[in-house]
Amino acid sequence: MSLIEFDHVTKTFPHAAGRVLLRTHLLRWFSSEKHTLFYALKNISFTMERGECLGIVGRNGAGKSTLLGMVAGLAKPNGGRVRVNGRVGALLELGSGFHPDLSGAENLVLNASLLGIGKKRIAELFDQIVEFSGVADFINEPLRTFSSGMSLRLAFSVAIHTEPDLLLIDEILGVGDSAFQAKCADALESYRRRGGSLLFVSHSGATVRKMCDRAIWLDHGELMMEGNPDAVLKEYEGTSEAVAAAAQPT
Amino acid sequence: MWKGDYTFTTRCLVEKDFKIRYRNMSLGMFWSLLNPLIMMGVLWFIFVKVFPGNTMPYYPLAVLCGIVPFNFFSIAWANGTSSLLDSVGLVKRVPVPRQIIPIASVFSNCMHLLIQVGLLLVLVLAFGPRINIEWLWLPVLWALEIVFVCGLALIFSAVNVYVRDARYFVESANNILFWLVPVFYSFSIIPARFREIYMYNPIAALVMALRNILLEGRAPASSLLSKLTLVSFGTLVVGWFVFKKLQERFYEYL
Repeated sequence: MSLIEFDHVTKTFPHAAGRVLLRTHLLRWFSSEKHTLFYALKNISFTMERGECLGIVGRNGAGKSTLLGMVAGLAKPNGGRVRVNGRVGALLELGSGFHPDLSGAENLVLNASLLGIGKKRIAELFDQIVEFSGVADFINEPLRTFSSGMSLRLAFSVAIHTEPDLLLIDEILGVGDSAFQAKCADALESYRRRGGSLLFVSHSGATVRKMCDRAIWLDHGELMMEGNPDAVLKEYEGTSEAVAAAAQPT
Repeated sequence: MWKGDYTFTTRCLVEKDFKIRYRNMSLGMFWSLLNPLIMMGVLWFIFVKVFPGNTMPYYPLAVLCGIVPFNFFSIAWANGTSSLLDSVGLVKRVPVPRQIIPIASVFSNCMHLLIQVGLLLVLVLAFGPRINIEWLWLPVLWALEIVFVCGLALIFSAVNVYVRDARYFVESANNILFWLVPVFYSFSIIPARFREIYMYNPIAALVMALRNILLEGRAPASSLLSKLTLVSFGTLVVGWFVFKKLQERFYEYL
């Protein structure tokens, strides 16, 4: 049984979403005009096995975050089928679920519980998480006094210590100083040695080349290419450069 | 699939709300006490001094029996309704069962409720009739009110994601309900043909039951209790399924 199976998955967004007042619904009701849909993902199929590290590359708006959202179970497909067999730990955005007025320690406990960890386990892990994050001196200060790098370290530390079957990471590892980045890389390495799987979204070709076994290139919701990271990135970067060159005034 | 501890996570969220609210408020708990007392004073002045002829016994206490459950109901309902929009980060980014969010928001108002119930009981002991065995009904009644508000919060928080005006509907409904719940008048002056309908409003039923217990020293009628139970749990069940259905598309609308 694969860890993740995407079977002809399509995801659409209504265009008017975001500005949803009663008026919007009424107007839509009475007007004959069909509301248009935005296709975030079109007919995507792939599988991911346990223990793999899969990288997803693509430009802004390619559907990468939507794809991660669907793996995490946050969004449902409009067509096709998504199956995920395992506990997912998501690190989709820097400190989602963190609150600036709570202390580092309070945020740590809250976040771990939201990720599905029980009270006893949190108490056991608490010291380890604080130690790894390297913010022990500030752990009882309100989070708003933390720098964004410190918040990230805490968030990453919580996520990696909750030992999920699958860790989702949405291009946030670029934050933090190089020492912490190296520490993160080590932690991810040992997480993978213990059998953990990683689904990783990034703009940065270098990180994907270094960490991933396999890569997927998305563009405008379509799966352009899948396979060896070097090969996929070569194609992807080639196109990006062509696009960038075309956009340059001559 | 999320395999966490529902109770613990809910408690963490409640604590979060609570800490945030009271850390930034120097008078904190004091406001919880002051608000119903001022309302009681105003209503007492108007319906005892300005419009005399009011025959309700223990009038100020009777008013408080109305204000305390009504306050909790209206604030918890309004907070519950906006809870999902207040936690967009959680809904869109953290795979946690989302029912927890409106329910935690209702529970974080319970501290407020607890303080006000304490005030009510102290004043009844000081100025009202003596404590009696029927007081044992009180926890049951408050629990039913919480169940009812949780149901409403589930329904309205989910609807509010799709139709952002739901919040204004709730505000208006609260204004109207203040008059339709017997907060400052007694149940007995309501014309008989409307009474049955009144009893289906859980908040009105709760107010009546509280006055029965605290001021008249008798158990609330079993017909009233059964209607209150039915409507409260009915709302919770409906809310649960409505939420389950509507949450499938939260991601797109937030």
